[in-house]
Amino acid sequence: MGGHLNINHLLFLGHGALWTLGLSLIALIGGGIAGFAIALARISPLKSVRIVSATYVQLIQGTPLLVILFLGYFGLAAIGLRVSPLIAAGVSLTLYVAAYLGEIWRGSIQSVPKPQWEAAEGLALSRTQRMTKVILPQAIRIATPPTVGFMVQIVKNTSLASVVGFVELMRSGQIVNNSLFEPFAIYAIIAVVYFAMCYPLSLFSQRLERRMGRGRINLGPA
Amino acid sequence: MQQNNSPTTPIVSLRDVQKSFGSLKVLDGVSFAVERGEVLAIIGRSGSGKSTALRCIDRFEEVDSGEIVVCGHRVDLPDVDLRALRQDVGIVFQSYNLFPHLTIEQNITLALCSVKRMAAAQAKELAQKVLAQVGLEEKLHAYPEQLSGGQQQRAAIARSLAMQPKVMLFDEVTSALDPELTAEVLKVIEALAADGMTMVMVTHEMGFAKSIADRIVFMHRGKVHETGPASMLAAPKTPELTQFVGTGNLKS
Repeated sequence: MGGHLNINHLLFLGHGALWTLGLSLIALIGGGIAGFAIALARISPLKSVRIVSATYVQLIQGTPLLVILFLGYFGLAAIGLRVSPLIAAGVSLTLYVAAYLGEIWRGSIQSVPKPQWEAAEGLALSRTQRMTKVILPQAIRIATPPTVGFMVQIVKNTSLASVVGFVELMRSGQIVNNSLFEPFAIYAIIAVVYFAMCYPLSLFSQRLERRMGRGRINLGPA
Repeated sequence: MQQNNSPTTPIVSLRDVQKSFGSLKVLDGVSFAVERGEVLAIIGRSGSGKSTALRCIDRFEEVDSGEIVVCGHRVDLPDVDLRALRQDVGIVFQSYNLFPHLTIEQNITLALCSVKRMAAAQAKELAQKVLAQVGLEEKLHAYPEQLSGGQQQRAAIARSLAMQPKVMLFDEVTSALDPELTAEVLKVIEALAADGMTMVMVTHEMGFAKSIADRIVFMHRGKVHETGPASMLAAPKTPELTQFVGTGNLKS
């Protein structure tokens, strides 16, 4: 073994970084779609739908992501369902993200003042129209800062997918380190790359919050 | 009583309406009727049930028993067509409740286009017309937050008016406004009354109730305690109304 950090190692790390972004995107899109459905289910007029969705959220929020990943990869394999690391990680993260985004978005929808619903009802809008034309446009503005903030968590949490053998940034760092054995230098590089991915999101989230904080829930002409 | 003798059926009628929130009885056998073109003012202390009575008309509250008929809709029945009811009834709230993400024009045209299926151009024309009616024609493209409270409330009235309701409900629409802004809103309501709009209003403005209402319903502890023409405020029969009028600022 041995040798020095060279361009090939860096390319390998870069490849891993791309997969970190890719897995984040998968989690965000999959989790976003499922999370939206959960947010709607959580405020459904049907009690059974509310109970099922609330139970799901509680289960996921009470389980470490690492355990969900293990269940998705080793657990399914044990019962004869072999899935690739990409699928195991993608599905696990999607389930995880859906629960959290679902809660963030449910809260945002419910924080649109109740009189807004009543005003829309008073104008004879149907439930779907009230939701799509009155409530959601306002809820989206409320939800944007915490959603962007949560995206930072997603990016960082994809590193856990390394334990099921998915070669993203963290795992590629481990692999490079296994051949070079320069943990400090390599993990410092990894840390910097994660930071470079997350910091712009953090900044963006802070900026959005400041903009909301100025008392303008209404961002004015779109 | 005299329900079949009258040549016109009332636009709104409540008969023996009962409603409780938990163990608290808010409406205890409330009955009144509003004829076409009539202006009815509901007055009373906070907690007397007057706002609840008004909200029952548009079914924002469900009643426990009793009969409510509004423009031919049996509002007390569970299968009432709410969307049809709410096209016949306009409601204006204390807190205006304009949609903050839409311009004043969009606030007005939203229901016209999506409920009444009106063409966009026609809806915009109507928006302009109703805004002129409340003196806000220049605020067409403003957002609610750019308007004063009085202007927002006038815009909310215009939004409701554009739906061409058969009856309009006003739920303490000036309670959040200072006297100057109150006056500009009351002027708009006065003009509507002069146009023959049927209206039911819950109000704290005694002087206004006296000058505009055809009839007054004084509610006390969930009951219609005293009712009669506006002149009854000058000569209350019950001690409760005497006291209520006495504490209010009764201007003439």
